[in-house]
Amino acid sequence: MSKKTLIVIGNGMVGHHFLEQLVTTPAAADFDIKVFGEEKLLAYDRVHLSEYFSGSTHADLAMETADWYAENDIDLHLGEQVTGIDRDKQTITTPTAYYSYDELVLATGSYPFVPPIKGNEHPHCLVYRTLEDLESIRASSEGAKTGVVVGGGLLGLEAANALKSLGLDAHVVEFAPRLMPVQLDTDGGELLKRKIEELGVQVHTEKATTEIIEGADARLRMNFSDETHLETDLIVFSAGIRPQDALARASDLAMGERGGIIINDQCTTSDPHIHAIGECALWSERIFGLVAPGYTMARTLASVLNGDQEAAFTGADMSTKLKLLGVDVGSIGDAHGQTEGARSIRFNDEQAGHYRRMVISEDGKKLLGAILVGDNSHYDTLLQYALNEIKLPQQPETLILPESQGGAPTLGPDALPETASICSCHNVSKGDICGVIDAGCSDLGSVKSETKASTGCGGCAALLKNVVDSELEKRGVEVSKDICEHFPYSRQDLFNIVKVNGIRTFRTLIRDHGKGHGCDICKPAVGSILATCWNEHILATDHVPLQDTNDTFMANMQKNGTYSIVPRIPGGEITPDKLIVLGEVAKEYNLYTKITGGQRVDLFGATLSELPEIWEKLIAAGFETGHAYGKSLRTVKSCVGNTWCRYGVQDSVGMAITLENRYKGLRAPHKVKMAVSGCTRECAEAQSKDFGVIATENGWNLYVCGNGGMRPRHGDLFATDLSDEELIRTIDRVVMFYVRTADRLQRTSVWMENLEGGLDYLKQVVLEDSLGICEELEQHMADLVGTYQCEWKTAVEDPEKRKRFREFVNAPSKKDPVQQWTTERDQRRPLLEGEPA
Amino acid sequence: MRARTNWEIVCTVDDLVPESGVAVWTEDGPVAVFYLPHRLPALFAVSHTDPFTGKNVLARGITGDLKGQPVVASPLYKQHFNLQTGQCLEDEAVAVKTYPVLLDGNNVRVEIPAANKESVAA
Ligand SMILES: Cc1cc2nc3c(=O)[nH]c(=O)nc-3n(C[C@H](O)[C@H](O)[C@H](O)COP(=O)(O)OP(=O)(O)OC[C@H]3O[C@@H](n4cnc5c(N)ncnc54)[C@H](O)[C@@H]3O)c2cc1C
Ligand code: HEM
Ligand code: SF4
Ligand code: SF4
Ligand code: FES
Repeated sequence: MSKKTLIVIGNGMVGHHFLEQLVTTPAAADFDIKVFGEEKLLAYDRVHLSEYFSGSTHADLAMETADWYAENDIDLHLGEQVTGIDRDKQTITTPTAYYSYDELVLATGSYPFVPPIKGNEHPHCLVYRTLEDLESIRASSEGAKTGVVVGGGLLGLEAANALKSLGLDAHVVEFAPRLMPVQLDTDGGELLKRKIEELGVQVHTEKATTEIIEGADARLRMNFSDETHLETDLIVFSAGIRPQDALARASDLAMGERGGIIINDQCTTSDPHIHAIGECALWSERIFGLVAPGYTMARTLASVLNGDQEAAFTGADMSTKLKLLGVDVGSIGDAHGQTEGARSIRFNDEQAGHYRRMVISEDGKKLLGAILVGDNSHYDTLLQYALNEIKLPQQPETLILPESQGGAPTLGPDALPETASICSCHNVSKGDICGVIDAGCSDLGSVKSETKASTGCGGCAALLKNVVDSELEKRGVEVSKDICEHFPYSRQDLFNIVKVNGIRTFRTLIRDHGKGHGCDICKPAVGSILATCWNEHILATDHVPLQDTNDTFMANMQKNGTYSIVPRIPGGEITPDKLIVLGEVAKEYNLYTKITGGQRVDLFGATLSELPEIWEKLIAAGFETGHAYGKSLRTVKSCVGNTWCRYGVQDSVGMAITLENRYKGLRAPHKVKMAVSGCTRECAEAQSKDFGVIATENGWNLYVCGNGGMRPRHGDLFATDLSDEELIRTIDRVVMFYVRTADRLQRTSVWMENLEGGLDYLKQVVLEDSLGICEELEQHMADLVGTYQCEWKTAVEDPEKRKRFREFVNAPSKKDPVQQWTTERDQRRPLLEGEPA
Repeated sequence: MRARTNWEIVCTVDDLVPESGVAVWTEDGPVAVFYLPHRLPALFAVSHTDPFTGKNVLARGITGDLKGQPVVASPLYKQHFNLQTGQCLEDEAVAVKTYPVLLDGNNVRVEIPAANKESVAA
């Protein structure tokens, strides 16, 4: 029997998921498969589209590689739009050819709705749907100051964030009286508006745009029906989506009144050989604008094509959990209480900016829906109650009250039934997870790759981890967190052991709690823990052998065995006199000199024995060690701030110096970086740091757990409008909690992502003191600040410690013969391998 | 004729750092001497030159034990070397030179092979 032809129109998320499912089934062998995509790029993750602006490329976002299509014999036609369907002949047309089909799948998605406003065809009027759209927005933002998003829904707010991240003054114009009218009620919408405005995005509700004309001060001017207007350089329309159903309409398939290709439970249209899935499909008079329902349709259709009589799409949960501009928003089920007899319970803490609403059934037994703004920590629990119709407790309000006011603890994974849906994107239930664990998966990673759970929108990550951990624990699987072969403990365990037992040396620790003699993994880790706990000099006899070579010699070893010297220059502020000393010392020792990205000066090429001499001179001139070698605070970068800058609203340099002097020398699981910007223009790039501080009119906004490097991550907004004291107190607590609980070599970003409960949990611990440890954290920090010493100063003053800096202990004047040098751009540098002298 | 071997005094006990290494210059070039007081024997001497980079740095590595073998980790790219045999744990084909070492009163002596001694002297 010759093979039949299956054609899929649309290479988007759902079309791709359909193929992914189909190729694993027997039916795959019956078909020659062809895919047509209008976009030139292979299917990519549209849900995370905005990450394109924070550096993700198409390759990062792509669902699969072209190789995958080739391996599965799928004939891929990218950049080839399908322009017609002939249902009688069973063919489709593209601008270049005809193709016959036996079965046809429409997965054409949707397109952004652009309201019919005069002037909307202006080249700086854009939309937010594809990577190409984002490229256009980026191009349009060049030379622009202001950007407006039309539409205050979920995507609109995401687009506003993108405009902000491009450095524009962002505005949102919404026709309805509140933001996110579909998901939120009046109170929720109000709170969201307030929070978003605090972040510098201006929200204009109840505005109907009548025309777009040439602006006076900016490129464009929007006139509103209430006679007001707004000038802007670019406009992004995000006023809802419309199903991309033009092909279906032209070939007379049954359509919804307001568009959408009508499908039955088997995802088949009015033509038995044509199917539709994803955002172009209309099921039971509904369009589903989320990826999870589209995936469910894709799976259903794959089963249908395999002859499964039972397979049926029966609707989907439209609950959403999002972080919009850093503000938590959650909406579950019947959020507006439209079910007959539904009653609501509301909790509104205007002070903290938390709003929660539960919609419960008439008999008070079931949760029908919920709205959350400002804090999503209750989302997982509420969602499980709603989806699994778990009977509500006697006093349902305890589910949304803060714990301090008698709130119930969150629902543990054990309380969930086997059928509980854990990941709705990939339709993974608790039962499925237990299944793969029983089949041999023994850690989170393998459960993820086996079930795909948590690889879609990512919203279920925390819940998945809880379920996996609890199931593994039940089966007696120990998840090994041992730091190395010498200690059966994690870094956090070791920290507690050291602290509780008052252990002051590695020797005691390994004798009483470990085995063997240690290694280059556990020794520096314990060295760091001891330093955090007791703050003794790292070159004290007991501690010397624990340190990495960089810590031992308090300088970074370079590739030729020489060292670099990085004095602290707090906040990057330096007097001309000190700058001259740096120059003089560098000249005397012939050190290669470079400005670092951390706003200070790095001097390279010092030999071991020169280090103390050089530091002696630097210390005499008032310099201190910069800890560039330590797993500790590096620098606090700052912009020039309101002292000089025309835009500055606070003294960013002063704050940076205060912070740098406070946290210098603190030993941590990994390096810690900070920055302070004097206004929202963010010249110090604070959001890419572990701790980023941005000045506001009223004080400081604090961002935490950002990261640069291989896996960049913007910090999360942690608290707003803090006074100087509040800012320092908050950073004290977060820093100390990190130092105490993180794994070895775990940066704050990964630490936070791995904390159960993530950012919300961290906020509870630090801002609400949910563990009751804040006082202790602050005290510990104060002790460390009080016992700070410049390690280099102590070392150069102590002849015993200086002895360590002899290159060859028996030949003080011997120069290491393998260090060879050449000159480049007027400075000395090491000779490279094989380079002639 | 010279003696077949030469036990060179390289430093005194006071120069040693417990659980760590120091570098000495010998007639065979740079040597790293390690003092691990909680083992028997407690003294080890290996070449100071990291075979992966040719740089003289091994005395500045972290010491310890892996699967019972005394080791030092190179401070540059962290490969481990067995202090007794010189064998690199990550790469079977690589080893560092080892030297017999002993404590003679207050002095630490390292045995320098005769051939080298002679070629240096010549
Ligand atoms: C910025 C943004 C953020 C989002 N965030 C979330 C979120 O957090 N959670 C969530 O659940 N959902 C989110 N969504 C929605 C989600 O991306 C969509 O639900 C999902 O992409 C729908 O998949 P689809 O395959 O139906 O459509 P698409 O992914 O749009 O794919 C359709 C493809 O078909 C192509 N096509 C159309 N017509 C033709 C033709 N005639 N010939 C050839 N090709 C054609 C289109 O070019 C397109 O590539 C977000 C969407 C955006 C834009
Ligand atoms: C594993 C990853 C990294 C390693 C091994 C590493 C290594 C180093 C080393 C050895 C130095 C000191 C140079 C010297 O004085 O000898 C240094 C300095 C620096 N690095 Fe990195 N780095 C890493 C990641 C990063 C990342 C991700 C960033 C930024 C996003 C970064 C930014 C800097 C800056 C700004 C300095 C100068 C700091 C100062 O002034 O003290 N590094 N890095
Ligand atoms: S962040 Fe603001 S205050 Fe600082 S330099 Fe930039 S514009 Fe000026
Ligand atoms: S980016 Fe790489 S080469 Fe440059 S300093 Fe950092 S580690 Fe070294
Ligand atoms: S719910 Fe989206 S990835 Fe699991």
